[in-house]
Amino acid sequence: MSKEKSEYLINRNDNQYEVVIGLEVHAQVLSQSKLFSTSATKFGAEPNTQVSLVDAAFPGMLPVINEFCVKQAIKTGIGLKAKINKRSVFDRKNYFYADLPQGYQISQFKDPIVGEGKVILDMPEGQKEVGIERLHLEQDAGKSIHDLDPKNTFVDLNRSGVALMEIVSKPDLRSPEEVNAYIKKLRSIMRYLGTCDGNMQEGSLRADVNVSVRKKGTKDFGTRCEIKNVNSIKFMQMAIEYEANRQVDLIEDGQSVDQETRLFDTKKNETRSMRSKEDAHDYRYFPDPDLLPLEVSDEFIDQLQSEIPELPDEKKKRFIDQFKLTPYEANIMVSDIETSNYFEDVVKKSDVKLATNWIIGELFAALNEKNLEITGSPISAGNLSKLINLIKDGTISGKIAKTVFEQMMEGDKDPKKIVEEKGLKQESDPKALEALIDKVIDNNRDKATEYKSGKVKLFGFFVGQVMKVSGGKANPQLVNEILKKKL
Amino acid sequence: MSDITKQTLSELVNNIKKKKLSSSEVTKAFVDRSEKSKELNTYITEDFSNALDKAKKFDANPNLDLKLPGIPMAVKDLFCTANLRTTAGSKILNNFEPTYESTVTQNIWNEGAILIGKLNCDEFAMGSSNETSFFGNVQNPIDKNLVPGGSSGGSSSAVAAQLTPITIGTDTGGSIRQPASFTGTVGLKPTYGSCSRYGIVAFASSLDQAGPMAQNVKDCALLQEVISSYDQKDSTSIDFKRNQYSKELTKNIKGKKIGIPKEYRVDGMPKEVDDLWQKGIEYAKDCGAEIIDISLPHTNYALPTYYIVAPAEASSNLARYDGVKYGFRADGENLIDMYEKTRSEGFGAEVQRRIMIGTYVLSSGYYDAYYLKAQKVRKLIKNDFDEAYKKVDAILTPSTPSSAFKIGEKTNDPVSMYLNDIFTVPVNLAGLPGISIPAGHDSKGYPLGLQIIGKVFDEQNILNIAYAMEEKINFKNKISDWWIK
Repeated sequence: MSKEKSEYLINRNDNQYEVVIGLEVHAQVLSQSKLFSTSATKFGAEPNTQVSLVDAAFPGMLPVINEFCVKQAIKTGIGLKAKINKRSVFDRKNYFYADLPQGYQISQFKDPIVGEGKVILDMPEGQKEVGIERLHLEQDAGKSIHDLDPKNTFVDLNRSGVALMEIVSKPDLRSPEEVNAYIKKLRSIMRYLGTCDGNMQEGSLRADVNVSVRKKGTKDFGTRCEIKNVNSIKFMQMAIEYEANRQVDLIEDGQSVDQETRLFDTKKNETRSMRSKEDAHDYRYFPDPDLLPLEVSDEFIDQLQSEIPELPDEKKKRFIDQFKLTPYEANIMVSDIETSNYFEDVVKKSDVKLATNWIIGELFAALNEKNLEITGSPISAGNLSKLINLIKDGTISGKIAKTVFEQMMEGDKDPKKIVEEKGLKQESDPKALEALIDKVIDNNRDKATEYKSGKVKLFGFFVGQVMKVSGGKANPQLVNEILKKKL
Repeated sequence: MSDITKQTLSELVNNIKKKKLSSSEVTKAFVDRSEKSKELNTYITEDFSNALDKAKKFDANPNLDLKLPGIPMAVKDLFCTANLRTTAGSKILNNFEPTYESTVTQNIWNEGAILIGKLNCDEFAMGSSNETSFFGNVQNPIDKNLVPGGSSGGSSSAVAAQLTPITIGTDTGGSIRQPASFTGTVGLKPTYGSCSRYGIVAFASSLDQAGPMAQNVKDCALLQEVISSYDQKDSTSIDFKRNQYSKELTKNIKGKKIGIPKEYRVDGMPKEVDDLWQKGIEYAKDCGAEIIDISLPHTNYALPTYYIVAPAEASSNLARYDGVKYGFRADGENLIDMYEKTRSEGFGAEVQRRIMIGTYVLSSGYYDAYYLKAQKVRKLIKNDFDEAYKKVDAILTPSTPSSAFKIGEKTNDPVSMYLNDIFTVPVNLAGLPGISIPAGHDSKGYPLGLQIIGKVFDEQNILNIAYAMEEKINFKNKISDWWIK
């Protein structure tokens, strides 16, 4: 992790600007069925195979709230340390588009299910709190496919009606680095909770980014632009950098920034205007008369509260207390639920210090090289702890362990078996080692004489020779002891 | 039996149960009369041969324990019926055939009834005269070139003309009670949440409610018993204890307190209507009810409130008819052009007018002044009723400020058309049940109705009051079968 400050300032002439960023994250609720219908939500299904009469807005069809999605939203709210609103209202957001069958999106406008909350970021210079403005439930639209035919647009309604949580942050973010940390933290919390899989490639997590700039030290916000639907952290960062610089250029040029909606062109790495404030849609929000206000009881919320697992911030604290990890190590271990589970599985049966080093060092490097997530690790937590125990009890040396580890990465093999099959067990029998050492001294009589006459540096040479002859298996500590005596 | 179609639903059910009539005989009688009544233009879609087949099947293995055993029935074309065209009276759904069935119609078929066709209505139920239907005017069997009311005009005409023994309509601002009043029939708008909205083409979701339309109160009670059910597919459906409305029906309303709201004596109301109301009060007294003067102070604001709330919801509900997925589509240069042409050609003038009103009142800058204020007034209107119901058990008013008018008489004056709903609209805004029963004729010989408004979930009480008054009123519809050559 970089130790430099995450501050992001733009200098132009004699002026220094800071960038102010707020995010509207759209997180797909992890749920078998849609927000108001029983259709499936599986990713990658054949187009229009997960569409009910409700999703396609047939005449007389009515939405019925999916209680599971409500629970997921409330759990997420609890995870964001947010106020849960016992009464919330679904509104219709009216606009026409081919992939919006109802001609309106059911969303929550005035009365969202979750109110203000917060997310703690671990930045290199310390912790930073980012405010959450609100979280509301809404339906996703379908998908328009424009590139399959030169004249026609195709519509896939599989996504139509899928539940989304829109999580709106306060304008508390100040740099692309913080945005990176914020999205990762949000994703991590939701994955801990099991409320969103956070898969950005599949579109389960997307964001609209609000960017404005102001001279450093001023209090008032500048005019903001909204960059729509950015679907990777890298693109968010690129879009923010481009947009912030564009706005600074305008201001320095004596012009003003227009409030507008912009699109990020990932190929050209630039944002461009999509529609101005004047062209903004009038969505004519009003409460959906097909749905009653959503009311939840204290008992309902308490029940969900009791189902909340240990979240990253709490887990980090525990890892530091219980396992004596450094904050840096703890951050890495809790960054996602799978890593923390893996770590806890490994340390259940093996030494914490070694486990920490092996996971953060060897395992992450090896996974990275193979482009694998921890869940796809060829080495199970059980086998890694066995390997660590082999090191700890002196069966193999750290160096041999690396060889064994490499073989384990080829397939989840029991390290004990590898050691046995390949004869990699460390030689710790003093008699056998003595014989070996005697042979090495015999073969190097002249050097032994030099050593005895004071050339102590040659000790290393002898250790090396012994290790070489033993094929690396000699117990280094014992070799040292015996060599000292013999020489 | 030669006069099958003259029998009430209860008589038909009885005769089928006693095996005096078969479903085939009954179905054929109504199909035959419907065939001879094309001039009324009540049907948008006929399903006669299927109905006759179903009747035969029923007779082959009759389940006589059902509430509507083998009874043929035509329904308003706002109810989605599986594999039978459902148009909502609109060009935009001209060729739409649902794969699914509305809960209300499913409840009816589950009790043994047989669908014979889909009845004309104002386009998307927006109208008070059935003149906005893409499929043309419906004739009121009372007199040639007379409107049958709306939006359930095909339904009221069909019941009055005895083309179906009974039917269902929908009521958003009076669309069951006003046509019932115009045709000398009985129409009940149940409590909001009593009948599921699942599978009913939506007009204004917070007001729409399905209900029975019948020749008499007893039939009406029986059908209400069948169609009212709690339905998880409709989030606004309410799980309350429903009565066995027909079994519990009683004429004993002694001591019931009936309120007479002074605000319903509106300016310009014909004397005939006022006289009828007075007569109604006397009938109620004769039945042993106690009459109490009450006030519903916000009545004046009900109509403007309704004409903000209903179009607002409609403008959004009708956004789905965009030519993309089903129904009518006009060719366009691009997506926006296709939308504009499809909706301009697919929707009629009244629907377009209401979409525009609704879009306007929801627009930013106008929302607070119109929609939000209307919602507040709606609450005040409901409070008026809550206050009144501390003193009375039900409320008696005229159903409409006038009798049926001529086709074309009000088509160029939407506001005068909207005024037709002045007595019915407050009931929808407050979510209450209301029933219209025929109570007399005006000087032209056209029927006039009285409305009894109940407390929420108190359908049984207003059905009982209607049942008791019906006997005293002893109304006879004057229908000459003028359209049958």
